[in-house]
Amino acid sequence: MDFRFDEDQELLQTTVRDFLEGEVTPETIRALWDTDTARSPVLWKKLAEIGLPGMLVPEAFGGMGMDEVDFVLLLEETGRAALAEPVVQTAAVAAPLLRELDGPLAAEWLPRIAAGDAAVVVGHPDVAFVEDAHIADLLLLPDARGALHAVAAADAEIAPQPANDPSRRIASVGFDAEASTPVASGDAARALLEAAFDRGALASAAQALGACERMLEMAVEYTSERKQFGKPIGSFQAVKHRLAGAKVKLEYARPVVQRAAHSVASTSPLRGLHVSMAKLVACEAAVHTAKQALQCHGAIGYTWEQDLHLWMRRAWSLDRSWGRSPFHLGRVRGTLLEDRVEIGAGSTFLNA
Amino acid sequence: MDLTFTPDQRAFRAEAREWLQAHVPAKPLASFDTAEGARQHREWEAVLNAGGWAMVPWPVEYGGRGANLLEWLIFEEEYYRAGAPKRINQNGIFLLGPTIMEYGTPEQKARFLPKMASSEEVWAQGWSEPNAGSDMANIQTTAIRDGDHFVVNGQKTWASRGAFGDWLFGMFRTDPESERHKGLTFILLPLDLPGVTVRPIAQLDGLPGFAEVFLDDVRVPAEYQLGEEGQGWQVAMSTAGFERGLMLRSPARFQDTARRLVELYRENAADVEDAVRDEVVRCWIGAEAYTLETFRTVSRLLAGGRIGAESSLNKIFWSELDLRMHELALEILGDRGDLLPGAPAAAGVGSWLDGYLFALSGPIYAGTNEIQRNIISERILGMPR
Repeated sequence: MDFRFDEDQELLQTTVRDFLEGEVTPETIRALWDTDTARSPVLWKKLAEIGLPGMLVPEAFGGMGMDEVDFVLLLEETGRAALAEPVVQTAAVAAPLLRELDGPLAAEWLPRIAAGDAAVVVGHPDVAFVEDAHIADLLLLPDARGALHAVAAADAEIAPQPANDPSRRIASVGFDAEASTPVASGDAARALLEAAFDRGALASAAQALGACERMLEMAVEYTSERKQFGKPIGSFQAVKHRLAGAKVKLEYARPVVQRAAHSVASTSPLRGLHVSMAKLVACEAAVHTAKQALQCHGAIGYTWEQDLHLWMRRAWSLDRSWGRSPFHLGRVRGTLLEDRVEIGAGSTFLNA
Repeated sequence: MDLTFTPDQRAFRAEAREWLQAHVPAKPLASFDTAEGARQHREWEAVLNAGGWAMVPWPVEYGGRGANLLEWLIFEEEYYRAGAPKRINQNGIFLLGPTIMEYGTPEQKARFLPKMASSEEVWAQGWSEPNAGSDMANIQTTAIRDGDHFVVNGQKTWASRGAFGDWLFGMFRTDPESERHKGLTFILLPLDLPGVTVRPIAQLDGLPGFAEVFLDDVRVPAEYQLGEEGQGWQVAMSTAGFERGLMLRSPARFQDTARRLVELYRENAADVEDAVRDEVVRCWIGAEAYTLETFRTVSRLLAGGRIGAESSLNKIFWSELDLRMHELALEILGDRGDLLPGAPAAAGVGSWLDGYLFALSGPIYAGTNEIQRNIISERILGMPR
């Protein structure tokens, strides 16, 4: 029992943080908003050089061959940076799905993902709009019967749905299932899609933690400088206590997300339960912190010009991605109240 | 990251489980805030101590088992799982004990720790005074050195276990010219000394869980000073850290309450609103989150890390969670939630009402949650004072 990350994992986190601090700023994010795709192939290629898109791609296909425990701290960093690239869709969801699917499709696409040369996205029956479909080279989509298809971008009908967060590019996606041959069907497709959903939710939860922490820092910084009544407003308890409460939520969400990463990586039978707990508490912490940070900024935080909303919108977007909070609460409720998990003192870890 | 227990840890758990199954009293004990209950709880502590289970993380020479903090968490899980009695000497074993371990002389360790482990000496807390609650640095009770004694004058209040305890620990102003955090000394004080008057105070449940302690020219041997003279604040902060954090409030208690809450919900599901049901689920998630965070912290501590202001995060989390769980239980019980255990229609109400009254004290004691939020914002987030 050791609930810590190892030195290599922490070192990689620092590397990615430093990289993103240099490459992703409010100015670059805003500049991307004004482009057609809001995505930067140049940045994605640079991220590939430090291994990010290929984290979960096996080494045989040019990837890093790592797992979700290795990846979770990096995902948190991408949330902290409000990075608007297909990290969740391509790196966290599509790559391991292709790895599990194996065969010629994996051999064709995994090396391209690892090299930063392809965006692959995954649809799911419980996800209404597919994120990053507009830049996808390949879409892995379920048909009405739950079979999984590999659809080339040219064969997909992609109808963009402009959303609240200019960084969030989502679309309604359709394809002609009759004209397509599934790459997996039945139980195999169901298992792949369930795992994909859990990976998407986990990655969103980890990004939410990062966004949450960043907003908290912004609020602390602003309230420490802004003076009213002759003092920094951060010296007033009414302000302090809001941010202290947000910090409590953040710190108690973090280990839940990290445990979920472990459960995904180790294919725990409780994977879905643990991921839903993580998605719920991480997104609630982020959305709660967004509200507190906005209130602490006051009117300036309510402007388009101030950068806080870049992260607030990320928090809202992540909350809406890969199952909203009521969905995840419902999934935990089902497992818990139908007596499908052991509870009580000593039940938290499986091999007690 | 390795989230599995080692064979040694599993063997330790099995040993604890087996011993507890064989020894935990079948019938619940009376509250330790009654004379009869205090006697029963001291008897239980003697049994625990004889088995070597009174304080597993302590060194063997002081009545412990030399276990590490992870094994302590495992023991606590088994203790709650077995439905074992509350710990009458928690002020001693969980709070003062670790502080003596850190600041005590070898003589003090040998003098106090074994009798603490056995609960031959039950400890009361002597933090608060009438004018020193949240503003703890405003302590006015003096302890003036006179040869090899301190002469103590003043008043402590809200001294938990004061009514049936044997000793009291707290901070006293040894330099009468000093102000605030300076000039305070941590002193251990026998409650049977001449000049000590204990006046029990009934808590919300009607039982004397705490007391006022009046001190008139009480002569306390100087050897009962813990840590350096004038260093009382630093010593006390170490104790307070234990109180807010993982020693006193290890996760097992909340995992156990969450289990009982979920089971209560299941028994009454047909009559419970969906809104209450969803809150039950959230509470269970909260207890899991608290457990995970504690295991994460202990992993860090075992690798040589230190715990500081983070214990303020714990204190807010567990106290609010505990209160919410008890509120929900009473909600599920509906009209029966208001019944005392002896009421004719009280079957199935368990100890939720009593637990609720106790849970209400959580956000107040060990530093109110407002004080904790100040600590978090200033010392963790770095906001201006």
